[in-house]
Amino acid sequence: MKKLLVLLFSFLTIAAHAAEPAEGGEFKPGDMITHHIADDYTWHFADGVVLYLPVILVDNGEVNVFSSSNFYNEAHDVVPYNGYVMEHGHIYKANAEGESIADYSGLYDFSITKNVASMFVSVALLFFVFFSIASSYKKNAGKAPRGMQSFFEPIIIFIRDEIAKANIGPKYERYMPYLLTIFFFIWFNNLLGLMPGGANLTGNIAVTLVLAAFTLLITVFSGNKNYWSHIFATPGVPVWLAPIMIPVELIGIITKPFSLMVRLFANITAGHIIILSLFSLIFIFESIAVGPLSVAFATFMNFLELFVALLQAYIFTLLSAMYFGGAVEEHHHDEHAHGEAH
Amino acid sequence: MQLVTPGIGLIFWQLVTFLIVLFLLAKFAWKPIMKALHEREASIEDALSAAEKAKLEIQSLKADNEKLLAEARLERDRILKEASDAGNALVESAKNKANEEGARMIAQAREAIENEKRAAITEVKNMAAALSLDIAERILRKELSNPAAQQTLAEDYIREVTLN
Repeated sequence: MKKLLVLLFSFLTIAAHAAEPAEGGEFKPGDMITHHIADDYTWHFADGVVLYLPVILVDNGEVNVFSSSNFYNEAHDVVPYNGYVMEHGHIYKANAEGESIADYSGLYDFSITKNVASMFVSVALLFFVFFSIASSYKKNAGKAPRGMQSFFEPIIIFIRDEIAKANIGPKYERYMPYLLTIFFFIWFNNLLGLMPGGANLTGNIAVTLVLAAFTLLITVFSGNKNYWSHIFATPGVPVWLAPIMIPVELIGIITKPFSLMVRLFANITAGHIIILSLFSLIFIFESIAVGPLSVAFATFMNFLELFVALLQAYIFTLLSAMYFGGAVEEHHHDEHAHGEAH
Repeated sequence: MQLVTPGIGLIFWQLVTFLIVLFLLAKFAWKPIMKALHEREASIEDALSAAEKAKLEIQSLKADNEKLLAEARLERDRILKEASDAGNALVESAKNKANEEGARMIAQAREAIENEKRAAITEVKNMAAALSLDIAERILRKELSNPAAQQTLAEDYIREVTLN
């Protein structure tokens, strides 16, 4: 299985680059890696196996929907289409000569990109897995779990007991749907990202931004009197320090989810970059002899990434639960809750 | 820089998709799953506590049985003791009665013997008196013929009469 994975991965890497030397000549690992971890308008499974995804543009209120294949001619070169041009993985408004207009405003890009498509796949997978588990819970109610149910049940119970109950306390129940959803959403997408041809969804800052924003909003809206009094009148701090303390605490509200956003994004992206860099070595040295070494390291990294995929999902969920716990915590002012904030 | 610049499109799709996923999973997956887990845990909890209760009940029943058994044992001992006491008393009284009866019978026998003895003595005395009279009569009869012989005869008679 792992060999297959690595093999597929190396095919993919080679495939993506088979065409490049023909165009530009020299192999640039930086460009290749950036291209791989960034979003795209096409889904490149292998050389010649390309899925052209729909482009949706909102141009000053006017909606344009067309296939991203329109940006490519027969020779697979990028061409302007319908007054738009694609440059460095972004779509810009083009002038008559087919050059991008840098200061054009009002163009919003809502395309179903590779990441969005990958997310839809993961959502379908999530629905399939958890709806079937839910139905098997209804079918054999009160009995021992079976099949997929018995694989996911300990994880669900772990999230409930070790993450939610331990960090939120008695009010944990209402946060369970969110915690379970982010955990499995992040985990599934992390794993899908490791698949050959997979998109780097959880390594995209837009995705982690939204997830972190959810945690921020839930934290702020579930904050009780105790939580806000900690921010506006931190216990044990003299009143004259308030002008310093209040801004610091307010920034603290933002930095917590900000760290969540950066942590997930950076960890997943870094993993992808390392694996891609290891494969790049083969092309940098232009030697097949480097191949086994690269594959060995990349295999090791892949295993590490499998672990990181789970770990990051766990950390995101755990920290979210801690922030919720801090927001709903009742009166006792212990150092623990305060220590978590930083 | 492109890496750390979130794109509006992906933010939008992520927001919409995640909300839908959150809503649908919460309603159709997490709710029944959490409920089922909760119910199962509750039933296991109930079963365990029921088992614990049953164990305690059995223990108390056992203790009761033990108590009853001990009481029964005491009762038995008491009854046995009473019975043996009664038996002993019975034997004792029977013995006493037998002794008394024996003693009474012996006394009666003694009395009868005494009476017999007394009657016999009386009879001997009467016979001695009659003999004396008879001897005296014969002496008187012989006196007339021979005083010497009379004497001899009297002596003979006297010799004949021996008081036993």
